[in-house]
Amino acid sequence: MRDGPKIAAGLALFLGLALSPVWQRVAAGRARQPEPVIAKPETRCLASREVMRASHMRLLDEWRQAVVREGRRGATDADGRPVSMSLTGTCLECHSNKKDFCDRCHLQLVVKPVCWGCHAEAAEKS
Amino acid sequence: MTETVKEGRRRFLKLAGLGALAFSARKVLGKVAGEGARRWAMVVDPSRCRWDDGCNGCIKACHAAHNVPSVPDPKHEVKWIWKEKFADVFADQEAPHVAESLTSRPILALCNHCDDPPCARVCPTKATWRRDDGIVAIDPHRCIGCRYCVAACPYGSRSFNWVDPKPYLARVNPDYPARTKGIVEKCTFCVERVDRGRLPACVEGCPEKALIFGDLNDPQSDVRRTLRSRYALRRRPSLGTHPEVYYLV
Repeated sequence: MRDGPKIAAGLALFLGLALSPVWQRVAAGRARQPEPVIAKPETRCLASREVMRASHMRLLDEWRQAVVREGRRGATDADGRPVSMSLTGTCLECHSNKKDFCDRCHLQLVVKPVCWGCHAEAAEKS
Repeated sequence: MTETVKEGRRRFLKLAGLGALAFSARKVLGKVAGEGARRWAMVVDPSRCRWDDGCNGCIKACHAAHNVPSVPDPKHEVKWIWKEKFADVFADQEAPHVAESLTSRPILALCNHCDDPPCARVCPTKATWRRDDGIVAIDPHRCIGCRYCVAACPYGSRSFNWVDPKPYLARVNPDYPARTKGIVEKCTFCVERVDRGRLPACVEGCPEKALIFGDLNDPQSDVRRTLRSRYALRRRPSLGTHPEVYYLV
């Protein structure tokens, strides 16, 4: 066991590096939060921030199902006002900054939605 | 012991019978209810088409509205509405002494939105299916690019995206999604416009009103009135697909 101290030091170094996300988080007190920017705040919202944050993907999925498969194009927002179920037509009206809105969280969480393979970003819209 | 087993079997058979009855009743009721619904169809009047002036109004309007790429390589071509030789459009129709003004001109071809669409029957993911209003719709989200539908369609109405279509778009219409490499597309009878009570883009884009669109189930609709007054052909009727695009002769 002459190499004991070396092994221990190596192990400590390895664990320190491998677990860096964990101790960085512990040191900072909380995880790094993505900060999406809403291009046009104070406009009408479909649902509360918490609901949208947790389940916007489910909403988009429901909209897709309704529009593409069932031919229903109208819905109502949180206040009961009618909205058109359209990603480019409704969502991107306010969230026109994909880079600073969608991408902020998606990049950090390594989520790769394929929406933009076909649907136009708002940048292409102008 | 045997008593309960018999009871169980009898109960099971009763329930199974009831279930089967309910299932078939639903299907029948659906059919009956569907009869009052709309059935979209198109009538093409080749005699009004100004093809000889090089008019492309319908094609331009459609392609601009739906981000249809102009791929120069004919092997990779994407078509929604296009011109085809009379002999190819009506391949099984004998027309020995028909006026040359009709047979010599190109005819507009598009998806026929068949009543019994072979493309929908073969699609393994139901990415293409017949809506209740007769439109043979496409859900690009579900398309896996197997191209069974391309093989099944007897009219060549379906195109596969062999290459990324984006570089071949002169202008992107942001209100309609483009497509990616590896999926199939075709004319949708402008489902996004029809659902909002508008006419298809090609019908609006035709300066000569050579395209008529309407509801076949409404006896007073433009398509029904036109079909009452003029004789019309359908493409390859012998195949039994029941196309809903009519060609006036």
